[in-house]
Amino acid sequence: MTARTGRPPAWSYWVVLPLFVVFWGVFAWFLRSPLLPTPLQVLETLMVESASGQLWYHLGATLARVAVAFTLAMFVGTVIGIVMGRSRTTNALFDPMLVLLLNLPALVTIILMYVWFGLIELAAVMAVVINKVPNVAVTVREGARSLDYRLEQMATVYDFTRWQRLREVWVPQLFPYLMAATRGGLSLIWKIVLVVELLGRSSGVGFQLHLAFQVFDVAAILAYSLAFILVVQLIELAILQPLERRSNRWRQPEMAHA
Amino acid sequence: MLELRIAGRDFGQPVLGEVFVNITRGDRICLLGPSGIGKTTLLNVIAGLDTSIPDGAVVGRDKLRIGYLFQEHRLLPWRTLCANLMLVGVSEREAETCLAQVGLPGYGQYLPDQLSLGMARRAALARCLAVRPDLLLLDEPFASLDPMMADELRTLIAGILDANPSMAMICVTHDGVDAEMLANRLWYLDGKPARLKWNDELGGPGVVTDLLGKLRKCELADS
Repeated sequence: MTARTGRPPAWSYWVVLPLFVVFWGVFAWFLRSPLLPTPLQVLETLMVESASGQLWYHLGATLARVAVAFTLAMFVGTVIGIVMGRSRTTNALFDPMLVLLLNLPALVTIILMYVWFGLIELAAVMAVVINKVPNVAVTVREGARSLDYRLEQMATVYDFTRWQRLREVWVPQLFPYLMAATRGGLSLIWKIVLVVELLGRSSGVGFQLHLAFQVFDVAAILAYSLAFILVVQLIELAILQPLERRSNRWRQPEMAHA
Repeated sequence: MLELRIAGRDFGQPVLGEVFVNITRGDRICLLGPSGIGKTTLLNVIAGLDTSIPDGAVVGRDKLRIGYLFQEHRLLPWRTLCANLMLVGVSEREAETCLAQVGLPGYGQYLPDQLSLGMARRAALARCLAVRPDLLLLDEPFASLDPMMADELRTLIAGILDANPSMAMICVTHDGVDAEMLANRLWYLDGKPARLKWNDELGGPGVVTDLLGKLRKCELADS
């Protein structure tokens, strides 16, 4: 790996992040303000919230919303993206809508959903899905456009069924695009879900942040953010990266001949 | 078994002219002609890949099993050779048998990109055989192989044809040697838009070069 490409070496995380915490601790200790708690205070709040079960309940509620919204958005966006990438007519019909939705602020969708459908779970999830679908569709459309026509011809000659064509020919080619949509999707959906919860739900990390904001409880805000970041990283390390490694195995085969 | 009634094919400008010709079982046709004349286009039409050609233009295709050896191997790079062959509807055992037939015994669990060009092409040929084709379409099967590998593959294909006398073959090539070794009919594409000239009486070595010379010169040779 060269210095310019790829991930930085692992040690950088173990140096920069602790340094940041130390700096923050020293700064907070000098300031002695409730508006900037020390790292220890944040950790303490985290322990208290965790012991009372509050942290797990609200993290769980947020995770459930993210999971449902993510699944729906990926499914709908992938279907739309493939169809748009394969058909000029559909692309002509849908592209103006995509431009519109891509430029619509997430906050507007959330407010409209709550106004039209009330402060219910369905409206919350719908708002997130509507925000995410255009991004997925645009990414997957690029993938669908770059499908190799030579493999299409092969699949036609050898009478592949629709299912075989999708599973064996398309999905492996679309995989990098689906991964990109997943990565971008999760990071976007996390953030939107928090806003949705803050504006109109009575559970979830967003709701807790709302409460903490009203009483300027910075320690709670930071504690929940920290828990949140940890969960996101856990999903990246435990699910996304292994999945990617597994699906990319065929790309670096060892040569059998020569 | 197959009757071509192709009125022509345009890509902005006409490429292929009228092609009216029959193919019968046991035909071993070598299709020659200058580069870019439309030989692959004609193969694609015969294989049913050209959607702008009406279905009625290739009479009898529905009843045929076709094996198409493309210029590239066109195996799915994310699937092993065995899995690639099984996708055309054979069992794992049959897939291994087909691989052994083309000189790749025991290679079932390899990925296509682990193979050399010549091996990958033979694996693709194994896939053609797996469908037990009535018609074998070969698009420049010997191109960019070193002479020894090309020889091996020629012998292999000749052996397959001898073992399956009812199989027909159309082989696109640039080389008269291929035609001498494999063909019992000669097709020659020439002109703009390209017309098909053919000769059905091939016998003995050395004849092909003469015939090719004649086919090149004559306006339209009939059988």
